[in-house]
Formats: sequence, C-alpha cells, structure tokens
Amino acid sequence: MTEAIISILGISILLYVLLGGADFGGGIIEFFAGRKGADIISRAMAPVWEANHIWIILAVVILFNGFPMVYTCITTYLHIPLLMVLTGIIIRGAAFTFRYYHTGADSIYNYYTSFFRISSLITPFFLGIVLGAIMLGRIPVTPEGSFYHVFLFPWLNLFAVTTGIFVTLLFGWIASVYLIGESTGNTFPLFRQTSYRLFIMLIISGLTVFLASEYYQIHLFMQFRQTFISMFCVVFATILIPFLWIAISQKNVLRTRLLAGTQTACIVTGWFAVQFPVMVYRAGGNNLTVWNTQATEKTMYLLLVALGVGIVIIIPAFAYLFKIFKFSNVHVK
Amino acid sequence: MDNLLAARFQMSVSFIFHIVFACIGMAMPWLMFVAEYKWIKTGKEDFLQLAKAWSRGVAIFFAVGAVSGTVLSFELGLLWPKFMEHAGPIIGMPFSWEGTAFFLEAIALGIFLYGWDRVNKWVHLMSGLVVGTAGVVSGIFVVSANAWMNTPSGFDWVDGHAINIDPLKAMFNKAWFQQALHMTIAAFASTCFAVAGIHAFLLLRHRDHPIHEKALRIALTFAAVAAILQPLSGDISAKNVARYQPAKLAAMESLFTTSAPAPVLIGGIPDTSSRTVKHAIRIPGLLSFLAHGNFHAEVTGLDKFKKNEWPPVPIVHFAFQIMILMGMIMAVAGVMHLYFLVRKKKNPPGKWWLRMLVWITPAGFIAVEAGWIVTETGRQPWIIYGIMKTSESVTPMPGITYSFYLITFLYFSLAGIVFWLLRQQITTLHSGALNEKKT
Repeated sequence: MTEAIISILGISILLYVLLGGADFGGGIIEFFAGRKGADIISRAMAPVWEANHIWIILAVVILFNGFPMVYTCITTYLHIPLLMVLTGIIIRGAAFTFRYYHTGADSIYNYYTSFFRISSLITPFFLGIVLGAIMLGRIPVTPEGSFYHVFLFPWLNLFAVTTGIFVTLLFGWIASVYLIGESTGNTFPLFRQTSYRLFIMLIISGLTVFLASEYYQIHLFMQFRQTFISMFCVVFATILIPFLWIAISQKNVLRTRLLAGTQTACIVTGWFAVQFPVMVYRAGGNNLTVWNTQATEKTMYLLLVALGVGIVIIIPAFAYLFKIFKFSNVHVK
Repeated sequence: MDNLLAARFQMSVSFIFHIVFACIGMAMPWLMFVAEYKWIKTGKEDFLQLAKAWSRGVAIFFAVGAVSGTVLSFELGLLWPKFMEHAGPIIGMPFSWEGTAFFLEAIALGIFLYGWDRVNKWVHLMSGLVVGTAGVVSGIFVVSANAWMNTPSGFDWVDGHAINIDPLKAMFNKAWFQQALHMTIAAFASTCFAVAGIHAFLLLRHRDHPIHEKALRIALTFAAVAAILQPLSGDISAKNVARYQPAKLAAMESLFTTSAPAPVLIGGIPDTSSRTVKHAIRIPGLLSFLAHGNFHAEVTGLDKFKKNEWPPVPIVHFAFQIMILMGMIMAVAGVMHLYFLVRKKKNPPGKWWLRMLVWITPAGFIAVEAGWIVTETGRQPWIIYGIMKTSESVTPMPGITYSFYLITFLYFSLAGIVFWLLRQQITTLHSGALNEKKT
C-alpha cells in the first residue's frame, strides 16, 4: 500500500516536471524567443498551465497526508528556498494571466513579460535547491543552533546550487522541445537552436551535479550504481542523447516529444531509485524514510482510495484536455 | 514583531486574499453556465457575448486563486509545522479529494475558456457545469478540514500525540455540514451581488448596452436565492457553535456571564477588563432562543473559561455584527429583487434600485471576510480547539515578519492589478473591440 502511494507521489512529481516544468521552461525560453516566440508560448500554455500546475499540489497533499514528518521537516528547515519557490509561483501565474488578458499599452505588456520571465527562473532554481538540500544530508534534526546553521547551511551551498541550475535548465529544455511542435513558420529554427543550446548546457550541468556530489562526499555516481533501476536509467538516458539530437533536427514533433519525455522520466526515475526509501537525508544519518514517517494504516488506506479514484477521473480528463489543445494541431510546416 | 503574531498576520492576509478568489471560483462558473445555456436555447448573441465576457473575468480570478491556494498549501507547513505534523494524517484526506476536484475544475476551465471553437457547444456547456460543480465540491472539502479544527474528532489525543486516527470521522466532524453549507451559500451571495453591482453600475452609465440588463437578471436571481437562504443556514450554524464551541459563541455575543435567559446584542463595545458591553441594544432571551431553541435556556458565557483561553472578544464581536448586518442588507435586497421579478411588467424599479445595488456591491465579500474572522479568531487561542494552542504550533523559524511583509506586498499588488485589469476588460467591452479579439 505504501509502495503504491509512493509510486503515485513519484508519478505526480514526474508529471509536474514534464508538464508544469515545461510551463516554467516556457518563461525561461522567452528570454531568447522575442515577441513572436512569446505569442506562441502564451498560446501554448494558456489552456493547460493551471491543470499542469496542480501536480505539485497533489505531491504536497500526499506528503502532508501520508508522510507528515517529511512535509514539516522540509517546510521548517527549507523555509527560505520554499518561500522563494512560492514567490515565483505567485508572480509567474499572475503575470502570465495578466499579460494574456492585457489589452492596452505595450509598456505594460513588457512589464508583465519581465515579471513572467524572471519568476519562471526563480521557481525551478529554488525547487532544485530544495531537492539538492534533501539529498545533501545537512538538514538538522532539531532547530537548535544558530540561524545560519539551522536555516541556511542545509541549502546554501554549491551542491544545492548545481541542482538548482540543473532543474532550471531541464525545465527550459523540456519546454524548448515541446515548443518545436507549437512553432509556426520561421520560429522553428529559433526553438530548434534554443533546444540545442539548452541540451548542451543541460548535459554539462548534469555533470557538474555529479562533480559537486563528489566534492560534498555524497558520491552520487556511486549511488546510481547501487540499484539496477538507477543504473539502467543513467545508461538509457545517455544512449538517448544522440537520438534526441537527431530527432530535434528532423522536425518530427511526436518522436522528439516522446524521446525528451523518456529522457526526463529516466532522470527523475533514476533519482527516485537512488533516493528510495530515504525521503530526506538529515545530518548525522537520522534520515527520514518512507517507512519511519508514514502515517497509520487507516490514513494510508483512505489516502490510497482517494488517489485511486482521483486518478481514474483525472487521467482521462487530462488526456481529453491535451487531445483538444495539443494533439489536434500538431503540425509543423 | 513577535514571530507568532507575524505568522498569524501572514496567515490572515493569505486567507483574506484567497477567500475572495475561492468564492468567485465557486459561484462565477454557474453564471457563465447559465449565460451560455440561454444562448444555446434562445440563440441571442448577447448571451454568448455575456458568457465570454464573464469567462474572461473568471480566467483572471481563477489564476490568482490557484496560485494563492498553492501558497496556502505550503504556508500550513511553513508557518504551523507542529500543527500539520499531527493534523496532516487526520485531515489530509479531504485535501486529497479536493485535489481531484481542483484538477477537474482546472481541466474543465481550460476547455471552457479556450475551447470555444474546438469542441461542440454542448460539450462546451458541460465543461462549464463541471467547472461549477468541481468548484463547489472542492470548496466543501476544504471547509470540512477547517471545520475539524473547530470541532476536532476522529482521533484520541494521548500525551501530545494523536492515536486511533479515523480520517472519515475527522472529515465528517460535528461542524462540517454547517460550515460547508454556510460557506457555499456565502460564495454565491457574495460573488453574485458583486457581479450584479458591477452590472448595475454599468447599466447606469450605458443604458442601451444590451448585455447588462441580462447579466443583472441572472446574477441577481442567484444572489437573491442565496441571500434569502443564508439566514436559515446561519441559524443552523449558530446552534452548532453554541453546542460545540461555546467560547466562540460567547465572544460573538460578548456574553461575559453565563445567563438564562441570554440576550442578543446589537452593536455595542465590549470591554474585557470590566466584562461589560457599552452602548448595545439588548433583545432579551433571543440568544437563548437562537442558540438552544428556547427563550429561557441557559447560554454559556465567557466566565466558564479561563481568561487566557478567551478569544479576542472585541474582534470576534465586531466581526460578527458586521457579518449579520451585511447578511440582512443582502437578504432585504434579495426579497426586493424577487418581488420586482414577479411584478416587473407593471412597474420596473427605477434608477434608485440600480444605485442601491451599486452600493451593496462589496456587501457579500465584507460578510465573508467578517465571517471567517469570527470562525478563525473565535477559535483562538486554539489551532485545534481544546487540543493544541496556536502558539505551540508556530514555526521555529525566526523573522516571519519579513515573509509577512513580502506576502502582504505581493497580495496588495496583485489585488490592485486585478482590479485595474477588470476595469480594462470592461472598457474594452464597451469599445466593442472585444469581438475581434482572441477568445
């Protein structure tokens, strides 16, 4: 039962990365895309971003319902980066909508655009910081000690920053791949070029995460070798790189999207496999695991029922939404 | 500022902001639904234009509501980690159901807002219905979690830990039905009176614009029904509060001493040190009747509680008075509307009626905010009534004052921009340029 709930948590995080992440990525891409690109991004995001965004709410709810200590540990010790994540979420959502429904002067449009773009960088970066901090094992067990030691030290370090950059680039890259399918006419080369650039940066940034992990003695590479799933994910993701490279150049929308989705799924699943059953690495090895934080059986059972029914309802509805807006017009000239 | 106070302020600001958008998200889709239904039935283009105009408003409000709701789901842990550690497994379940409802709402809204020419009109209409239903259902789930804080059940509290947790019992706690009913009706009353007020204002300016008259009729009918039902629901709530949260009721009515019979106070300034209320109009026995159905029944006063377990009496008392006043104004307006509706052929009301509606535009939202202040402040100093104090659950993170400033600044800015954007939308509507614009 716990495994089933953890799997659903994993799926919601993965879907948040693939869908919600891409919407933040859209804002990041806009830095390179110009007004024409911005219009395409707006049109592509508008019908789906709110639904995409809810995957993170689902993940939060699963955490505080099923694994309350994990939720309170993160919200207590990673308060500051989470507040930044939220600030980004508020400004991004609001600025995007305000811009979409703006009818007046261009100067105001430009303000909204700046807020939209900058906030689209803030949220993924600090989400990545939170992930880095969870892996690093500096989160204290009790809030005793100096402010720096308790509330900054766990996340304010090079490792968390490298994961922050990695997540940001990942979101941007996913968006660039999806946008190839949304592009029309002369914007195609633009998105393709962005996609290539971000792809290279993403690979380099992935390597720096591994290097930083060596420096901080958490040996991510060794950890990835320890389970079959994580090893498989790393190898498979690496094999996919050249195929993706070719697919991006060939304008095959569906294939590129599938490959990029698989690639991302490999990264996220590999990370899950490395992490499991630990949910938060804490200082001194007092880690929070799936097993020592889960709620009682009855709570877990009812949570699973709610999630099960939810998924039966949501997945078809989601598929329908995407069918209407994403797959009825996939064509690139 | 003290950390606890800052955390409470931040939570208040977040709720006060979010609840407006939550109400609109619950009620407004029904108005769009009716407008579109009328368009399909009558074929009048005005209804279509109205549905589209309203849907643009909903899009803006829904987006801000969705992000401010996300903030709340994190703030529960950012500000009250001890509370969430214990309450999460007990009341997490309604939130997980709410997640599903919210998903459906967002998906259906995506189809409604952007699918005008991508799905057939009946599918489109149904998507509006799904938005409305899912909005109301998700509201009910969230309110039931709040009701649990007021009337906690479904667990045993032993040595500072919850055991024998039963989330179903917790969700269907003693106050869930009363609170959910009261909130759902309030969402309709507040949103629909606000919509009616805006259209009344526009109708005064643009007498011949075809859609405002229709908009006013749809919105006011919803508003009137809600406003007339609300006192009944309020009565059910009052009896529930009297039974399960006597300290809250005593604070609402500033009843310092347990009395039989107990009076209802109208107005008045409570003084907690002398335990008296100045300048109030007293209606003898009415509180006994409202609380227990008997004019001579005993009503528990604040004297039955330790003074350090009193809620802030003046705030709760004033907020309660404001809510009742706004509720009565709306109920009267509701009755008048229904009366005019029945007799409209003989003498339609004049401009004074429209002006009055403009005046009561914010009444419903004032009542909603005041009502939530009664519920939340009236529970203090408890976060889980009788079980855990708010001060015990606050985060150990210092400097919450700064995050309070940040959140307040963000929300004030957003409120300003939303207001301005709405004006802009309305101006565009009248310049007639809207038909050419993207839908």
